[in-house]
Amino acid sequence: MRRNKDVQISDAVLKRRGFRYFLKENTGFLYILPWLIGFLVFKLYPFGSSLYYSFTDYDLFKDIVSFIGFNNYTQILDTAKIRKAFEVTFRYVFMTVPLKLAFALFVAYILNFKIRGVNLFRTIYYIPSILGGSVAIAVLWKFLFQNNGLINQILSIFNIVGPNWLGDSKYSLFVVSLLRVWQFGSPMVIFLAALKSVPTDLYEAASIDGASKTRQFISVTIPLISPVIFYNLVTQLCQAFQEFNAPYIITDGGPLGSTTLISMLVYQNAFKTYQMGLASAISWLLFLIVMTLTIISFMSQKYWVYYSDDDGR
Amino acid sequence: MTRRQKNIMNTTLRYLVLIGVGTIMIYPMLWMLGASFKSSNNEIFSSIGIIPKKFSLQAYINGWQSTEYTFFTYLVNTYKIVLPKVVGTVLSATLTAYGFARFRFKGKKMFYAILLSTLFLPQVVLNIPQYLLFRNLGWLEPSLSYLPLIIPTFFACDTYFVFMLVQFLRGIPKELEEAAKIDGCNSLQTLWFIICPVLKPSIVSAALFQFMWSSNDFMGPLIYVKTVAKYPASLGLRLSMDADVGFEWNKILAMSIITLLPSLIVFFAAQKQFVEGVTAGSVKG
Repeated sequence: MRRNKDVQISDAVLKRRGFRYFLKENTGFLYILPWLIGFLVFKLYPFGSSLYYSFTDYDLFKDIVSFIGFNNYTQILDTAKIRKAFEVTFRYVFMTVPLKLAFALFVAYILNFKIRGVNLFRTIYYIPSILGGSVAIAVLWKFLFQNNGLINQILSIFNIVGPNWLGDSKYSLFVVSLLRVWQFGSPMVIFLAALKSVPTDLYEAASIDGASKTRQFISVTIPLISPVIFYNLVTQLCQAFQEFNAPYIITDGGPLGSTTLISMLVYQNAFKTYQMGLASAISWLLFLIVMTLTIISFMSQKYWVYYSDDDGR
Repeated sequence: MTRRQKNIMNTTLRYLVLIGVGTIMIYPMLWMLGASFKSSNNEIFSSIGIIPKKFSLQAYINGWQSTEYTFFTYLVNTYKIVLPKVVGTVLSATLTAYGFARFRFKGKKMFYAILLSTLFLPQVVLNIPQYLLFRNLGWLEPSLSYLPLIIPTFFACDTYFVFMLVQFLRGIPKELEEAAKIDGCNSLQTLWFIICPVLKPSIVSAALFQFMWSSNDFMGPLIYVKTVAKYPASLGLRLSMDADVGFEWNKILAMSIITLLPSLIVFFAAQKQFVEGVTAGSVKG
């Protein structure tokens, strides 16, 4: 009797083994399956098809889609408005990102001294960033830079007649950029955490060797936090190239297209005039630019980013 | 100057800078708050002072019903989008992170590399085909128009959170899990009974970030939500700006403050998690 039962069990085990075995070997894969499906459906497929659309004259109101080769791309190069948007985007990015990172690092550096109420300061500085891309913060910015807004009222205390910030194409982009610099909180928090992890004995050694504070900052601090500088640089670049909310709310791209960034142009062409083909081409060009810069940043790592050996891999 | 004097001077200087920067951060928001209680544009634009001559709630009352629907509708709509997004993100990001951080399987390295590279994939390039995809699925119907915003979060499409949780998981020792395995827990039980309690602060942090980002999201609803009755607060605010002919700032600012309020409350209630969350991905990696 007993023997019989054993045979039955092992039979059952054998039957189920295939599935069980599969589960055992691929448990991890099953856990990442939702992500993988999401990646294929919501990322890879759209990514590929937007490349395809960029070579077509796809228009939401037309039934026939025809392949037109590089026409959209040549049209981009031929259209002054689009060329200008690329130029404006570059100016915006190369103004915003360095200013924001420099400011974030500067404030983090000061906060890293033995300061009472570090947490309070950190919280205060972080508030504008956490509200991030919200419409309300863009409204606030528009409000501050009105003709009689807070900024010009403060300037008038010093007898300076402030310009028409939002109406003058010389200043409008700067105002938009300044909003993002003002939101320096998240890179600052990251810098601060990194600064705190620099071992203090390194500074002691440097100061025994007679290095000044500036010298210590350049030769000790910067190399040791370079991975974090790199991280902040890449994430901020990616974000800045896609900026949309601030110019859309504050200036609506104006005056004279001085704040029309690429993402706004993509939005207008895709969802206002429904020229999906052209809009896809513009977005792909933007993607290629962002990707090139990201790859350059990654490749430049070996010249200036210092990874300590004891930190994991 | 003695060394001591120099030290005192340096410290004073540092505090001055910090307080100066703090003022630049806070004063504009206080001015905005003050202006929302002031009675007219004239009063707002005539002084840099915060305190209104006479506290008036009129701007809030007028702003609340300045558009076709009251702001209550827009706020409720916002959370109809935000809360499912938070749930979706927490579920899918935890499962995916667990899979990547704790198991070996074929192609894991490649998949993780793909995941990391999508962190740098600009959303701009995906917007158009995603729109067309959701259009083909029929999700642009007003009654379904939140689906394009919500469904992707159930498939861990905000990969930043997966990355964040993987980083946290790597810092957690595996001994407990091994003990659980010996006691006969399967992998799902291990996740639920062992990992989730330890990972809770990080999960909360991910939930909070998703809450903030989705509450502030503007472009997503702008593309997909086309009926005013379905507008979230970000679009409602934009609408009330457009609808306001005389541009009464106190009204617009009052509504801005209302849309910011939930985010601010959440932030103050959970500052620590935010700071930890933002540093998690960058410092350990």
